[in-house]
Amino acid sequence: MRMEVEIAGVRLKNPVTTASGTFGSGREYEPYVDINRLGAVIVKGVANKEWLGNPAPRIAETYGGMLNSVGLQNPGVDAFMLEDIPFLRRFDTKIVVNIAGRTVEEYCEVVEKLRDADVDMLELNISCPNVKEGGVAFGIDPKMAELATREVKKVARQPLVVKLSPNVTDIVEIAKAVESGGADAVSLINTLIGMRIDARKRKPVLANKIGGLSGPAVKPVALRMVYQVAKAVDLPVIGLGGIMTGEDAIEFMMAGATAVSVGTANLLDPGATMRILDEMEAFLQENNIRDIRDIIGVVE
Amino acid sequence: MCHEKNARIPCTIMKHKALAEGVYELVLEAPGIVGEAKAGQFVNLYCKTGGKLLPRPISICETDREEGLLRLVYAVVGSGTREISGYPEGDQIEVMGPLGNGYTLDQGARHVLVGGGVGTPPLVELAKRLSGEKVIYLGFRTQPYLVESLREYGPVHVATDDGSQGHKGTVLELMEEHQVTGGMLYACGPTPMLRAVQAYALAKGIPSQLSLEERMGCGFGGCVGCVCKVRAEGGEGFAYKKVCKDGPVFDGKEVLLT
Repeated sequence: MRMEVEIAGVRLKNPVTTASGTFGSGREYEPYVDINRLGAVIVKGVANKEWLGNPAPRIAETYGGMLNSVGLQNPGVDAFMLEDIPFLRRFDTKIVVNIAGRTVEEYCEVVEKLRDADVDMLELNISCPNVKEGGVAFGIDPKMAELATREVKKVARQPLVVKLSPNVTDIVEIAKAVESGGADAVSLINTLIGMRIDARKRKPVLANKIGGLSGPAVKPVALRMVYQVAKAVDLPVIGLGGIMTGEDAIEFMMAGATAVSVGTANLLDPGATMRILDEMEAFLQENNIRDIRDIIGVVE
Repeated sequence: MCHEKNARIPCTIMKHKALAEGVYELVLEAPGIVGEAKAGQFVNLYCKTGGKLLPRPISICETDREEGLLRLVYAVVGSGTREISGYPEGDQIEVMGPLGNGYTLDQGARHVLVGGGVGTPPLVELAKRLSGEKVIYLGFRTQPYLVESLREYGPVHVATDDGSQGHKGTVLELMEEHQVTGGMLYACGPTPMLRAVQAYALAKGIPSQLSLEERMGCGFGGCVGCVCKVRAEGGEGFAYKKVCKDGPVFDGKEVLLT
C-alpha cells in the first residue's frame, strides 16, 4: 500500500501531520507517539521574538470541541532553531515551521532566519484569532493576504504553505489571493472565533473573552471549506478541522486535501496521530485502495 | 515502536461514594499509575459522553501500591465531574497519568501541610511519604473531609468559614494564632488561600511549595492552555509556565499569584 504524498515538492511518507499549536515541537508527545511515523510535524507558531501569550484562563470546553486563546506563546525563532530543530531532526519526518507575526516585517524576519535552518517547509499563519495586532488581519482581507504571501515568498528558501482563516465570508477568495501571491500550498482551516460565558459570574470564561473553536464540532465547516478551496485553486491543500478518526481524515482527502493535520485530537489523546494513521491504512486495505493518492479529491 | 505507551487506560471503579456535599471518593484499580505516582501529581479522567472531550484533571489523594489502588477525592464543579460522580462501582473510566511534577520531599524537616477545600486530597499521599514531624492545617467552607485520613500522620487543625467545625474563619488565621513554623510548607487550595500561605511563608522565612489549579486543555503540556506567572529569570516582569507540566507544584518564591 502506498501512503506517500507530495506537497510542493516535499515528500511526506504519509498524509498525517500535526496541526500547529496542538503538538508543540513534539517533545511532550515523544512518550506516546513514534514521531518517525508522522508525515510531518507542523510545529507551534514561531515569532521573531519571544511572545508571552495571553493571560489564563486560556481554555474552555464547548460541546464537541474547545475554545483556546493561548495567543501564540512561543520562545522566539532563535530559541526554536537552537533547541527544537535539533530535537525534531532526530526523527525521520518532515519539519514544517508555522510562522507567526504581527506585521509583514515580522513574518519576513522569521523566514529570513530560517533560510539557513534545516527545515522542510514553512506555514504562514495569517489566521490566528487570538492576537489582536495584525495576524488575523492578513487572513480576512484578500489584498492583505496576497501582499503578506508575496513579501514572505521573496525571502523564503523553503516552500510556503499559507494557513487560511475560516472567519471570512468567502474563503475561496482568500485562497485565490494567496495563490496569486505565490503560495506553494494552503492549509485550512484555522479555528473559528467563538465565546463562552459563565452565567453565574456574568463574565466570559476566557480571559481574552473570545477564542478559537476547534475539535469535532467544527469538522463539517472545515470539510466544506476544504472541498470548495480544493476545487477552486491549483495548489495542494492540507486539510484540518476536527479530525478524530482515520475516516475523518479520509473524508478530508476525498474532499480534495493532499495531506491532513490532526489538532485537537492530540490534546484528548496524545497517541491520536498513530491511531488515525492505523485507521487510514485499515480503510485503504478494506476498500482495496493501493495508493492513497487515488482518493484525493474523488468527491465531485 | 517500543517506546510508545498507552495514554488513556481504562480502569475499574472499585469504590465510589460521597464524602461530603458534592465531594466524592473514587478508588480505581490502576497498578501502572500507582507504581509511578508521586505525591502532588494528578491524573486525567475522561467523560464518556461525546460532547465533553477534555479531561478532568484530579489530584492523587493516595496510592496503595500493594493492591494497585488509586484513591481520588474530587468535587463536583461542573457537568463533567457531575457525570463522573454518577459512574457506579464496577464500571470503567479512562484515566491518564500520573501527570505533573508533584511535591519535592524535603525529608527530615518539620513539615507544615496546608489544605483548602478540595486542595486537601493530595496532602494525604504527601503526609504518607514524608518522614519526620508533620503538622496539618485544613480550611473548609463548611463540612470537612479527609481529617481522619490525615490524623494518622500528625495533629490536624481545622478551620471552617461557617464555624460548623474547628476555628470559625480562615486556615491562615489559625496558623497565625499558632505561630506555626517549620522547615518546609506544602500547600494546595484555592488561589486566595495560596496567596496568603505564600505571604505567610515569606514573612516567616519558611520555604514553600504551592500546588496550583488552572483550567487545563490536555494536562500534559501539549496545548499551553493552563499557565501561571512566575518571576522572570534574573530580571523584571514575569514568564508564563505550564501548570500541568512545569507544575502543578511551584516554589513559593517563584510563582506570582495574581
